[in-house]
Amino acid sequence: MENFKIDVDADGIALITFDVPGRSMNTLTSGVMKEIPEWVERVKTDDAIKGVVLTSGKATGFCAGADLGDMAEGVFSGGGDLQAAYDAGWRLNAALRALETCGKPVAAAINGLALGGGLELTLACHHRVVADDSKVQLGLPEIKVGLFPGGGGTQRLPRLIGVQNALMQISEGKSWRPKDALAAGVVHQVVPAAEVVQTAKDWVKTGKGVQPWDEKSFKLPGGGPYHPAGSQVFIMGNAMLRKQSYGNYPAVLNMMKAVYEGVQLPMDAALRVETRYFIKTLMTPQARAMIRSLFLSKQELDKGALRPAKEPKSDPKKVTVLGAGMMGAGIAYVQAMAGIETVLIDQSQEAAEKGKAYAVGLIEKRVSRGQMTREKADATLALITPTTDYALVKGSDLVIEAVFESREIKADVTKKAEAQLEAGAVFGSNTSTLPITGLAEASVRPEDFIGIHFFSPVDKMMLVEIIMGEKTGQAALAKALDYVMKIKKTPIVVNDSRGFYTSRCFATYLTEGMAMLKEGYSPTLIDNVGRMTGMPRGPLEMHDDVALDLSYKIAKQTKLDLGDAYVPNPGEDIVAAMVEGGRYGRKNGKGFYDYPEQKGSPKTLWPGLAELAPTTQTEGFGEGPSAFDSVDGLKTRLLYRQAVEAARCWDEGVVDDPREADVGAILGWGFAPWSGGPISLIDGVGTKAFVETCDRLAETHGDRFKVPQFLRDMAAKGETFYGKFGGKKAAA
Amino acid sequence: MAQAFIYDAVRTPRGKGKKDGSLHEITALSLAVQALEAIRDRNDLDTGRVDDVILGCVAPVGEQGADIARTAVLGAGYAQATAGVQVNRFCASGLEACNMAAAKVASGEADFAIGGGVESMSRVPMGSDGGAWPIDPSAAFPAYFVPQGVSADMIATKYGFSRDDVDAYAVESQKRAGRSWAEGRFKNSVIPVKDQLGLTRLDHDELMRPQTDMQALAALNPAFQMMGEMAFDAVIGQRYPEVGRLNHVHTPGNSSGIVDGAAAVLIGSEEAGKAAGLKPRARVRGTASIGSEPSIMLTGPEPVTRKLLGKLGMEVGDIDLYELNEAFAAVVLRYMQALEIPHDKINVCGGAIAMGHPLGATGAMILGTVLDELERSDKSTALVTLCIGGGMGTAMVIERV
Repeated sequence: MENFKIDVDADGIALITFDVPGRSMNTLTSGVMKEIPEWVERVKTDDAIKGVVLTSGKATGFCAGADLGDMAEGVFSGGGDLQAAYDAGWRLNAALRALETCGKPVAAAINGLALGGGLELTLACHHRVVADDSKVQLGLPEIKVGLFPGGGGTQRLPRLIGVQNALMQISEGKSWRPKDALAAGVVHQVVPAAEVVQTAKDWVKTGKGVQPWDEKSFKLPGGGPYHPAGSQVFIMGNAMLRKQSYGNYPAVLNMMKAVYEGVQLPMDAALRVETRYFIKTLMTPQARAMIRSLFLSKQELDKGALRPAKEPKSDPKKVTVLGAGMMGAGIAYVQAMAGIETVLIDQSQEAAEKGKAYAVGLIEKRVSRGQMTREKADATLALITPTTDYALVKGSDLVIEAVFESREIKADVTKKAEAQLEAGAVFGSNTSTLPITGLAEASVRPEDFIGIHFFSPVDKMMLVEIIMGEKTGQAALAKALDYVMKIKKTPIVVNDSRGFYTSRCFATYLTEGMAMLKEGYSPTLIDNVGRMTGMPRGPLEMHDDVALDLSYKIAKQTKLDLGDAYVPNPGEDIVAAMVEGGRYGRKNGKGFYDYPEQKGSPKTLWPGLAELAPTTQTEGFGEGPSAFDSVDGLKTRLLYRQAVEAARCWDEGVVDDPREADVGAILGWGFAPWSGGPISLIDGVGTKAFVETCDRLAETHGDRFKVPQFLRDMAAKGETFYGKFGGKKAAA
Repeated sequence: MAQAFIYDAVRTPRGKGKKDGSLHEITALSLAVQALEAIRDRNDLDTGRVDDVILGCVAPVGEQGADIARTAVLGAGYAQATAGVQVNRFCASGLEACNMAAAKVASGEADFAIGGGVESMSRVPMGSDGGAWPIDPSAAFPAYFVPQGVSADMIATKYGFSRDDVDAYAVESQKRAGRSWAEGRFKNSVIPVKDQLGLTRLDHDELMRPQTDMQALAALNPAFQMMGEMAFDAVIGQRYPEVGRLNHVHTPGNSSGIVDGAAAVLIGSEEAGKAAGLKPRARVRGTASIGSEPSIMLTGPEPVTRKLLGKLGMEVGDIDLYELNEAFAAVVLRYMQALEIPHDKINVCGGAIAMGHPLGATGAMILGTVLDELERSDKSTALVTLCIGGGMGTAMVIERV
């Protein structure tokens, strides 16, 4: 065996060390999956083996779970033989079931993180000992990539800790720290890291090799679905899962089905049921698109897939941030957390100090929660120097301006900063709206001028959109990407355009909501349907968040820029009337909604909206079955409008890699994660069907649904984006 | 085909469906047996002529399990040849039992059949029978399952009934029930429940509060707000995205009461009645059931009414009296709104908000109530209907002869 080493000691305890060669972290590769049944068989049949301790040979942890790259291929790739897929999926469950019924005590010595299939492997052991290290995570995060635990997790966890606790953990994909896992009853012992193996061996010497659920007296903790208390868990669980998922994620429903059906069965049958639902889920377009975008593509982007390979690797050690407002302060914080010496400049010392105070607040919170030591906190904060003095820019590898969105102000700080910069240093602009090529005109070194667009709040939002100006060079791009990787964010690289990629596409979600309002759909319906598409919030409430006056100003500016070519978006007049009436959105408490000053009280629809935009479109909604079609029609408009814009960005060369278009959409503006992103959405419904629907929508609702010619050509040839441009990364 | 006629109808009084209710110490079997005995004894009926006894029961487990209809037939000492079957159409089970009895008679299968129902909610609590519908995700997810109270609150919100509207309806229901008892309108049908010694245990509906008023009802807390806000409001909100925040208006004061009780209705052909020397009281003009949207669940009475009236070639105005089970005030208010039925033609003797809703029996009870009222007020036709779990409606139209 390549991946497991077996050492039988004098007591007959086999220490099985999991160590995948050539990898920094153990995952359940196809090789591992093949070998598990082999050693399980040996454990079962070798009389010299009296018991087993399973551990990992990696310092990085026990096992990070399934190899999702393997999982997207072969028999699982869909369209093929269901029986073959089931058989392949069953292999691990069969082996783990054989392990827990081998008749010999088996303990897991968990010396580091155990996630997904990694944790499931340990759940099939009779005893779990974990290293006492608050960095160790134990959890079942599969739901985050559109899957659910398919290695017995949906069966063993409920039997171990009850259905309610198991459902909460699995449906949110959350992890436990070792102490919490002990309190929850998931593991049996937490001991110093150096003692895990010995402690596990000690247990094996006297331990019983029978799982609780294989004991005659076993009762499901909390009761099953037709137990008085247990039934409430299922009734409420079904409702909670629909509330959270809007029915958009097959994994969520199939997970619940596996738990419901499985806990009523003996373990062998239960595992078969789990495997069936797991395979069913794996073959859905949603799961495949989510695995691709949220795991594989994101990982590739994180590792620098878009970085020009020829450019030498750089390591930004000192970075200046111009402007200590909300964005600047957030950027300073993430930089300091990554160990980068940070100069934070604003017009007054007071403003600069205020920007640093933001980092102080976040870091102190970490200290109070025990996530950071005092020393580390002090050292991190010492990295941020708030100042008004541009002389301190000297020696910076990179400058990021996050000043007010005005060409004049940006030009001014560009000049001041560049005066201090050495050759090879990069100037980045964190603008969200102004084209980079234009801003670069203020620069004496436009080849080192680049857009580095952060999202708010910077410490939470994982995406950074890098924008190439006309003259931006490859060296600057490489350095910007090295910086983004150092602060552990996910980069995408786009070409210059009004609103770049993310802001431009996101805006269409808001404007389509406005069009619906103008047509007479009720604001309540529009926002509810928006959420039902899988977007984080409805278009009107998000419009309030973005600020109505901003949208008003952008429309005005665009009109000025485009002149006669300007096509007003339906509903623009409603926004104009609201802004002129002093309703700017959430920022002044008055938008489509009234926002109460008291924290926690719910927002209410602004009654005046009923006059500005009376509700006339009520036909087709309500109790009849046509309601599903009516709602679907609106959902389609909200999602397709964004996808059409993404296709236009592609057409104009703003984006040219399906991975960045998809990952950027989900991480940047919360585009419906179940779809895998707008490009995956188009591929998923099929370019032909997508174009046909858009043509129909264009006929009814206008040219904003018109697709670019290249997409029409792709549809005619039956091509998909990932098929044509994604190389081997193509899924389904 | 033969026509089906109603010859008699009896019901027990409704006891408070809790451990301190008067009927808690009387078994469900005993309630059903006493109803069957009354039908037999009042009509001097040769039970050998009764082909089948159909009893509605919504929680047919424990002492209500194992076909309580056949068990009660034997318990009441009916002829060995009389069959028995238990049916479950949730809240309309009692009426469904009568519809089936009428259908058996009309088809010629039965000469006499008894429809009725029994539910001891104090002894076999609601939900005791489990069921996949709310629990199995394969059922609950696609049906947007929510508890009925949340559905009722959705009806109120969607169709515009305020807390005052539903409370005012409840006050009127209590008033009507109180007046009907005071005037003896129920005396023909109500049979006192006897205890183990044969002594009267209960002879009136125990739950009524005829003196209640708006102020007293306004003091009650919404019953479904907490569970609604936890998750169920969001679930039904996904089925009705056009509706905003739910207005949780229903309380124990404007919803049907939890009670114990049983009922039986004797249905037979014209010939069977003649042979037994019985005079028919009403003719069953038609029956119907329908499925409706399952999440809002309780709006089935409107479409089943339209369906049945359509089949009979009748208009809403052709019906003299309507009887719609008062599961929740908003259910009746919505029905009146949708069909434009004036309040003085519906539930004129009060309903389940005042007197309670013994799930499996109610349909048969209110059929008897409206028949008595047709006779008392010398009117001709009535339509009886109930809203039903899972989104259904069941109805019967009767006409005095």
